[in-house]
Amino acid sequence: MHIAILGNGITGVSAAIRLRELRPDWSITMISGESTYHYSRPALMYIYMGHMGYAETKPYEDSFWGQQRIDLVRGWVTAVDTDARRLELADGRELEYDQLLLATGAKPNKFGWPGQDLEGVQGFYSLMDLERLYRSSEGARRGVVVGGGLIGLELAEMLHSRGIAVTLLVREDSYWNNVLPDEESAMVTELIRAAGMDLRLGVELKEVLDDGTGRATAVVTSEGQRIDCQVVGLTAGVSPNKALAEAVGVPCGRGVLTDSSLRAKVPGVWAAGDCAELETPGEERNMIQQVWYTGKAQGRLAAEAMHAEAEGHALPTYDPGIWFNSAKFLDLEYQTYGQVGFHLPGEQHLVWQAPGKLLRIVHIDGRVVGFNAMGLRWRHLVCEDWIREARNVDFVLAHLEDAGFDPEFYSRHEPEMRRTFADQLAKQTEPALSGQEA
Amino acid sequence: MSSAKPFQLNDSDFTYDFDEEAGGFGVPYEVPAHQRTHAAPGEDEDPADHAGPSLLLRASLGMVVVGVVALLLQVSTGKLLGSWGGLLLGLVLPSVGTALYFWERYRHLSAGIKNDGVFFSGTRNRGLIGWLVGVGMTAFYVALYWFPSYLGYTPAVWDEYGMVSDVQVSGLTLLVDPLARLMTGAPADHWFAYTVLYTLAVVVFGVRMMMRYRNNPYQLIRTASVMFFQTGLAFVLPKLLKSFQQPEFYPTYFWPLKRDVLLPGDYGMNWTATEAAGQVGVWMLVFAGAMTFLATPVLTYLYGKRWYCSWVCGCGGLAETLGDPWRHLSDKSTRAWWIERIVIYSVLAVIVFLTGLLWLNHVRGGELLGGFGASLERHYGFWIGSMFAGVAGVGFYPLLGSRVWCRFGCPQAAILGILQRFLSRFRITTNGGQCISCGNCSTYCEMGIDVRAYAQRGENIVRASCVGCGVCAAVCPRGVLKLENGAGVLEEQRYTS
Repeated sequence: MHIAILGNGITGVSAAIRLRELRPDWSITMISGESTYHYSRPALMYIYMGHMGYAETKPYEDSFWGQQRIDLVRGWVTAVDTDARRLELADGRELEYDQLLLATGAKPNKFGWPGQDLEGVQGFYSLMDLERLYRSSEGARRGVVVGGGLIGLELAEMLHSRGIAVTLLVREDSYWNNVLPDEESAMVTELIRAAGMDLRLGVELKEVLDDGTGRATAVVTSEGQRIDCQVVGLTAGVSPNKALAEAVGVPCGRGVLTDSSLRAKVPGVWAAGDCAELETPGEERNMIQQVWYTGKAQGRLAAEAMHAEAEGHALPTYDPGIWFNSAKFLDLEYQTYGQVGFHLPGEQHLVWQAPGKLLRIVHIDGRVVGFNAMGLRWRHLVCEDWIREARNVDFVLAHLEDAGFDPEFYSRHEPEMRRTFADQLAKQTEPALSGQEA
Repeated sequence: MSSAKPFQLNDSDFTYDFDEEAGGFGVPYEVPAHQRTHAAPGEDEDPADHAGPSLLLRASLGMVVVGVVALLLQVSTGKLLGSWGGLLLGLVLPSVGTALYFWERYRHLSAGIKNDGVFFSGTRNRGLIGWLVGVGMTAFYVALYWFPSYLGYTPAVWDEYGMVSDVQVSGLTLLVDPLARLMTGAPADHWFAYTVLYTLAVVVFGVRMMMRYRNNPYQLIRTASVMFFQTGLAFVLPKLLKSFQQPEFYPTYFWPLKRDVLLPGDYGMNWTATEAAGQVGVWMLVFAGAMTFLATPVLTYLYGKRWYCSWVCGCGGLAETLGDPWRHLSDKSTRAWWIERIVIYSVLAVIVFLTGLLWLNHVRGGELLGGFGASLERHYGFWIGSMFAGVAGVGFYPLLGSRVWCRFGCPQAAILGILQRFLSRFRITTNGGQCISCGNCSTYCEMGIDVRAYAQRGENIVRASCVGCGVCAAVCPRGVLKLENGAGVLEEQRYTS
């Protein structure tokens, strides 16, 4: 059995490693035009800022792949014959496969802005993007970053680290406010401004202006203001990279359509990670998950499902588990567990704040459903247990220390948090009680 | 490929020719300072952005320049040299200036991880300046051990009829002479000068370390600890003991790192041999024995080897302060890990064997080895004590990272490491599934541990070489790593994945 994996990001690599664990006898080929070896995509920013070299971003030594008998092919796949189960690379090489895993990731959104394809205008996702940014930021005095999400702020921080002035255009009235609750959003907004970045809230991109040679020279905002700049970052989210799948006749929706075992709609083809759209019967929308750990989990699951299919076992299905994520906004760390910002019916919030720190507990009728921590480190597995077990807020408040993950000697805030939360909780339960009585 | 349709990705992706072997994108174009602006267009630009270095920054650099010039003039002309004025101008002034510079430079930056541009710096990545610093530091150690006259200390010369020339003191050694006389009541030698420079390096670069990690109490307290132990117990106390005619005892070093405290007779400190040493000598011997055989296992069980290696030890102290700019140069490959284990445990085996042999020889009245015993001891001293620990261990900071000796050579670290690996509560725990494999932890691990390899699998890190500096946990952008004194080897551990 020969498995071809298209893409060597975290999804492809997780699939390849899991496949090798399960099947010493299969041959595995991982193909990517971006790089021969897997590197950590979230570390791209650190190369640009000089925290690491490219070599440092590779999570496995180069010799690892040979030891694991995972063949690496550097090249762009341009054609797939899903009937004959063959694929073709841009340089003419051909490869036969028995099963094909599409782990082609995502690509930055471009919403048809005039000038969006000029030189100096780009998203930030790949090594290609990093190379472009290296070139376009040479000698640049100002960069404009469009989009108020994580990657937008990362890109802003990157430019800022090289002494390039940054303007951030954010459609919302507060940074990343469609995901972050008000208090968290306000903290980050303040931080961005304190760092000396020019943050424009409630402002969108109208067009990018050409300097006459095909290079970006300025942007015009929705308010009609012109901002001179040499770099334009488009970071308004990413979409599944389904171009190849679509071209070779693999059915796609927003992404490559798969069942809950990550099988695509064509025999012998699977899809996982950022590019996959999982059909979720009964749900309003199919599931597209595009964060690091879901890519990792889906890659593993695809491997396990291929193995199960070959063995004639029932196929495992993808369980998204309890949501979590983390990020670092400039110097501020952020972790989220469970359902925060989901606007669930009946949800109530407990918020403790201190300078540069915040802890939020979201609960429904006293049962915790989510946590946000800013400037604090919290234990993933403890939070997950509490949420899965739908622990009572009182229990959580009594065991706050169990969730702390800050380094030694950091000041402990639990007693203060406990007082704050207890006060807030008392206020929340009073009207509820009177409501019941009425 | 009949059924395949033609397909084009992004044109620019096809022209992309990233050379992986070259290892990256090179050093970026730096925006000249006068072009930098963080003010919004149309708004008045903040004049502070164009004001250049602050007054204090200029003043501190001025102090360094004046101090270095004063030092060079003193050494070349001999004027002021050996006076308090000379010491203040030539040594204290540039040291205070350097410390002030670090303080002022980092004070205005937001508290957080400050690694911007580390990989673009030639000084910190084996560029020309990096090599020059490495060669310079190596030369300093070669001079210290074998050619002390370059540091201003020319030993007395004897022939068969008696002394031909007396000790001659000049240069750097003469510079610190007033301090030596004050502290020890005796003139300075090159070792005194070395200890002064070493302590200054720990303190001055300790200020830098503290400013860089001022958001992190663990780093602040730990750095204060190495500064205290170096200054108080590895400099002031031993020198004062000397002034009271007592043995020059370093309570922060014990066997096998400082082998002579437990070597017999003439090879060792010979604590009880002289009348003068007497009771104090016995007490020191008991202390040294207790540190090696009692404190080491107990403290390592409770806190891991970090209680010593990154909190107390002078070698570790220098690595954590002066060595910090080069911590990322440690080799993270599995090959380096293999070499590490072979070399460090070989050194341990040699010193254990040597100590045993010398004691046996001592008990047998020297009949076993004769003059050969002294020769063995000298060879160990030359190859391990001087070449490895000094020349390579510190001299190669800018080339191989700050912990070459601690990782590959130190027999103390070897023992602590075995204890830590098999009999300690200490471990670095990882936070569930939060790791994004970015590699900041591995990059900034001075001991060359591939921390990420564990973190991305959600495994605890229990490695013999980990000195518990805590920098991996500090640089992690996702809050994944935590140094913990866990429940221990005998009890069930909570919250591991």
